[in-house]
Amino acid sequence: MAKVKPRVKLQKKADKGEVITIKTLISHPMESGQRKDKSGNVIPRKIINSFKCEFNGKPVFSCDMDPAISANPYLEFMAKVEESGTFAFTWVDDDGSVYTTEEKITVE
Amino acid sequence: MTFNRREALAVAAGALAFAVTGARIAWAAAEDTKKALMDFTGGAEPQTGRITLDAPEIAENGNTVPVSVSVESPMTAEDYVESVTILAEGNPSPAVATFHFTAMSGEAAASTRMRLAKTQNVIAVAKMSDGSVFMDTKEVKVTIGGCGG
Repeated sequence: MAKVKPRVKLQKKADKGEVITIKTLISHPMESGQRKDKSGNVIPRKIINSFKCEFNGKPVFSCDMDPAISANPYLEFMAKVEESGTFAFTWVDDDGSVYTTEEKITVE
Repeated sequence: MTFNRREALAVAAGALAFAVTGARIAWAAAEDTKKALMDFTGGAEPQTGRITLDAPEIAENGNTVPVSVSVESPMTAEDYVESVTILAEGNPSPAVATFHFTAMSGEAAASTRMRLAKTQNVIAVAKMSDGSVFMDTKEVKVTIGGCGG
């Protein structure tokens, strides 16, 4: 399987109390478990079933995903930043794999 | 093409059977959606307003349909949007995604991309911290279904 690569886009600097937009994308086939292969066997479900974003250890946003989410799941959401810190992003796969990435932000 | 009596009866019976099963499938899907909705709201009756669901009117490719939701809320520790769920009535399984917000989200808004099997209603339901529930519905016409096969 192709390597799962998480990508996150957010601004590097923000004003105190500013609400910023965070965009995330992760490469993943999101196999729904509905499709069949050439010989008629069901291709087993394999999706990323949950995502969460934390800022300095505190929860900001999380999402439960179902098979109806497109391949390479894209998520866009907001966060209010009061202080400098680190956003931690976590994706959890059906097979138990966990993909993480981090992004720092400076508040002036 | 002419039918004798036996053939005509067979065709009629087949058509009837098809109509009955077709109707039952549609009915089951609506029931599933209703059940998923009730599971999410915990039985509360959804009101309209405050939540906006944004999806294209016509989606050429059902494999990636952009969808976004936003909810009007002050998003403070006392009064915020707890979660928003998206349901697709005509999919084999209605659940699409559930977003969970916190006061640190700043704004209760999120976007993603979903799969739609066919032309159908998409429903977004928001649950507030005080337990009230708001709902918005939008019909999306799908040119090519996104369930592969």
